[in-house]
Amino acid sequence: MSLSRNDVAKVGLLARLALSESDLDTMTRELSTIVGFVGQLEQIDTTNVAPLAHPLDTQNVFRADVPQPSLTTAQALQSAPRHDGEFFLVPAVLGDSGAN
Amino acid sequence: MTATLTAAVPFTTVIGLEVHVQLQTRTKLFCGCATTFGAAPNTQVCPTCLGLPGSLPVMNRTAFELAVRAALALGCKIAPFTKWDRKNYFYPDLPKGYQISQFDLPFSSQGALEVVDPKGALTRNVRITRVHLEEDAGKSMHDETAGTGDTRIDLNRAGTPLCEIVSEPDLRSPQEARAWLNELKLLLVYLGVSDCNMQEGSLRVDANVNLHIPCDGGRIAKTPIVEIKNMNSFRSVERALVYESARQYEEWQATKAEMGKTPKQTRGWDDPAGVTRAQRHKEESSDYRYFPEPDLVPVTVSEEWLAATREAMGDPPSVLREALAATWKIPPYDADVLVNQGRELVSYFEDLAGRVGEGKVASNWMQQDVLRTLNERGGSIDDFPVRPAAVADIIGRVAKGDFDTSRAREIFAEVLASGRTVDDVVASMGIAAVDDDELISLCRELLAANPRVVADVQGGKEQAAAGLIGQAKKKNPNVNPGKVRAMCLELIRQM
Repeated sequence: MSLSRNDVAKVGLLARLALSESDLDTMTRELSTIVGFVGQLEQIDTTNVAPLAHPLDTQNVFRADVPQPSLTTAQALQSAPRHDGEFFLVPAVLGDSGAN
Repeated sequence: MTATLTAAVPFTTVIGLEVHVQLQTRTKLFCGCATTFGAAPNTQVCPTCLGLPGSLPVMNRTAFELAVRAALALGCKIAPFTKWDRKNYFYPDLPKGYQISQFDLPFSSQGALEVVDPKGALTRNVRITRVHLEEDAGKSMHDETAGTGDTRIDLNRAGTPLCEIVSEPDLRSPQEARAWLNELKLLLVYLGVSDCNMQEGSLRVDANVNLHIPCDGGRIAKTPIVEIKNMNSFRSVERALVYESARQYEEWQATKAEMGKTPKQTRGWDDPAGVTRAQRHKEESSDYRYFPEPDLVPVTVSEEWLAATREAMGDPPSVLREALAATWKIPPYDADVLVNQGRELVSYFEDLAGRVGEGKVASNWMQQDVLRTLNERGGSIDDFPVRPAAVADIIGRVAKGDFDTSRAREIFAEVLASGRTVDDVVASMGIAAVDDDELISLCRELLAANPRVVADVQGGKEQAAAGLIGQAKKKNPNVNPGKVRAMCLELIRQM
């Protein structure tokens, strides 16, 4: 399986990577190699193999609904590139995404 | 309920809803941060919900159980095996760069919730495609007046548990969509799943709508599906859908554009302007590059767990309506009104009806006096100053014939206004039971002064006695009209 330049450009856009024309050439070649490598898995007959949702053989790990201390606002903001002491500051965006 | 709309328009409106509700947990879905609404910005955050490196999510058991409760109440099948997935997108209010959601194996699917019209004119079964459990994003605030041009991010909400409920496109009018949302909200509030407070964002609705337009030759043209966002009340949902269906019909007449030829459009509802406006094109589902969340293990739900959840669930409103109507022998309409006001009001009613012994009488008082004044005052029934015992006391005195219903209403209003006891109010209003001797002499006086009425009654017109009641009340406001009438008729018979 090989990737097209367009595939790579689209993935780059979704990952918010600014790829130059020469980056695209390199990435298309290298990613195609990686995808091809992983693609070898498709040669295995998995007809009778149940789908795997998680590599660990563990289920139902929960915690109780009991509040734990949060960070202080100063701690929460300390690594942010920009903040005003209360909020994280980012370049203007319109609306909030909510969960969509 | 939809007759006027559907009869007037040459198309069918097809609506599906997507509802997000915040679950009533104390802590977030994957960490122990509190979910208290209105806390100071960025005070309920930790490495997990900030998406800091090295942090790991652990699922909140209560959140999962509340979500299962909602799904069971919606008649959904609960998957014996469920897992979570990463939905990848970049937005400043989503610190991890992905939302933990459910993609191909949601914990429940295939339910239904009816829109119930108590007058029996219409019942529609609206299928639920799926219910799944995911985390909320933070909040972005853009303050134009600050002039900085920055967007401020508060991550207190990030990681709050959300239940997403997706309906099939089974709704057929904006009014029906609103009625269905009311029923859904009532159900979720009854079951303690969510407080469904839209002002605080604990219930959010997006609507998908298009039109089916009959054309020549029996073909049905389907307009492109539009997703409407940004509606912050059920009334807005109804208005937005009314506007959008009219807009789509106009556009179809001009362009004849049909579904599938253009990408799905997202439009935002502008409430003050009363219009929907085009927003960014919705990304294709594959652009989210879902993949299984490696940091969470799957959940399997046993039959025992499900049975216990069912047990703890309590009655949904639909069951309660029937039970209330049957137990207290009240009409379905009454039961509907009472149940729609919430569980606390139903408890008040049951307390009252139990004391009064007659459901219909108690229900009449609920609808006419308690509910009306409660709506005027605002607030909750639990804070309503006239308690069931006092209302039952007033009703009991009417039954005994101490005074009539209109007098009883005055007493109720006075008890409510003054906060005094029924005894106090009855005494201070000069209301005293009229004893039989007083009643007889009053009626004799009336008959002596009204020979014409006496003659009419003797001539077979018993209804003429009604003319005496007003006069009796003028002489003594405490008399019971029914007793005056009966006594006058009796005295005339003895003449």
